[in-house]
Amino acid sequence: MKIVVAIKQVPERGAPVRVDASGLRIDERGLQFAMNEPDAYALERALKLKMQHGGEVVAISMGPERVAATLRDALAKGADRAMHIALNDLASCDALGTARLLAAAIAPEQPDLVLTGLQSEDIGSGQTGVLMAALLGLPHATLVLDIEKTEHGFCVKRELEDGWMQTVELPLPCLLTVQSGGVTLSYATLMGIKRARTKELRTVAAVQLAADTGIDLNPVVALESIAPQHKQKTAQLLTGTPSQATAALVDKLRNEAHVL
Amino acid sequence: MNSVLVVLEANSGRIGAQSWEALTAAHLLGAQVTAVVAGAETGTVAAEAARKGVAHVVRLEHTLLAPYTADAFTQAIEQLVRRQAPQFVVFPHSYQVRDYAPALALRFGQLLVSEIVAIEAGPVFARQILHGRLLARYRPLGAGPAFVSVQAGAFAAAQADEAEAPIETFAPELTAEQIRTRPSEPFRASAETVDLGSAKRIVSVGRGIGSQQNIPLAQELATALGAELGASRPVCDAGWVSAERQVGSSGKTVAPELYIALGISGAIQHLVGMKGAGCIVAVNKDPDAPIFEVADYGIAGDLMEVLPALTEALKNAR
Repeated sequence: MKIVVAIKQVPERGAPVRVDASGLRIDERGLQFAMNEPDAYALERALKLKMQHGGEVVAISMGPERVAATLRDALAKGADRAMHIALNDLASCDALGTARLLAAAIAPEQPDLVLTGLQSEDIGSGQTGVLMAALLGLPHATLVLDIEKTEHGFCVKRELEDGWMQTVELPLPCLLTVQSGGVTLSYATLMGIKRARTKELRTVAAVQLAADTGIDLNPVVALESIAPQHKQKTAQLLTGTPSQATAALVDKLRNEAHVL
Repeated sequence: MNSVLVVLEANSGRIGAQSWEALTAAHLLGAQVTAVVAGAETGTVAAEAARKGVAHVVRLEHTLLAPYTADAFTQAIEQLVRRQAPQFVVFPHSYQVRDYAPALALRFGQLLVSEIVAIEAGPVFARQILHGRLLARYRPLGAGPAFVSVQAGAFAAAQADEAEAPIETFAPELTAEQIRTRPSEPFRASAETVDLGSAKRIVSVGRGIGSQQNIPLAQELATALGAELGASRPVCDAGWVSAERQVGSSGKTVAPELYIALGISGAIQHLVGMKGAGCIVAVNKDPDAPIFEVADYGIAGDLMEVLPALTEALKNAR
């Protein structure tokens, strides 16, 4: 079974984010990047399927040079090879352009299964997976928590709202967007990191790929600005040492809010 | 005059609050709002929609629209959008919508602007990025209809109206071969053992708790308060707290008298699940965390110092 996993590199969770002078981009100075967590779960699922059924796992990502580090991480965790669509300014492309480029790079691979996380932790439009499926002409399921290979395809468990679930049967090939959770994320072993250095990491320029496949990269939705939210802080902040602040809080809860 | 199509979502025969919020957003985009209800039998929900101040209701009906599949919904709504040719198509940002709306927009060469929280002149649509730390503003450029999905809790729900809008039925052309996936009936993941929905006090932990080893500290505070333990999604995903205790849009909606959020930054998905609480207390190391925008009281500090101190202060106050 050949599985392609689309992975995004995102700012490390909790990292302080600032807007740069353009008002359109995040200031990347001093920012650390990591594998988007839902994509890490997608990779974990792919590696598990490979362990059960054999085959190949190909990781793909798009973005500037730093993205190669995340792809090396995927290789160290057990992916067999990786593809990097090089684009210096990821935000110059909207989610549709991103999906078009990813689909164009994935199509010649003719995978049995395409996996990706349900959304990115930075922009979080939650659409790349469904768009790639449509562009590749594949059936899809979203918010997938469990994947089982059947005789003719897959039977997946997907999450619905309010604690409900359902199973969905899909033929092969198909695309699944993976929900976080359900399995423990593995870390790269020292051996894995060593092996990753010898694995194939192919780079193709986004502009070249777009030209070769006739993709129009002009956005259909324009980003006008990004800015900190206008904060309307409602909280009374209690200060002092932990014991002073918590004593003041208990007093407020009892005598002001009357909830104790 | 702008015409707007709003696709309402019914679950177990009722249209949910999120759909009425999407309808409010639709009214902001144009005076001529058509509400769409899709399914195999939509009579009851169409009648409900007709009394919400809309110009028309369309029953998009076909036996193949139940159970829901992305293939059937994409195909059917595409046909309706082509016929109505609206300027805007609005959805509630539900799990179902995120499963098909991007593919639907693509059929018009468009990109869905998802999870919008505000509409400005233009129109320009605002949505949160980076866990609610920043607000991004987008303007659709395409010639076709613009597609937007509305974040839960961002707009007030549309109220019922005296007048009754005309209802018509549109039967899309669908064949069984077009549907490539086979969904099962929905089922519950496991038997519920806690009832967070009726808890009077909840102590909820987020990623800021650091590790599973620290969960007992939060449990101790909950015990001291006679509160139930809740958690944010990442904490449940990591298996530190059982999934049935998850608060937020993909978990439980709660409304206790007292809600203490420990190390929860306040992503909107969490906030929609708990902002109905009577009194909200937040403890977080980041003083700029969005949770402080909904909290009544806050302590910006190290959870590992504040949490034991709070438990102690409560015990002393007895």
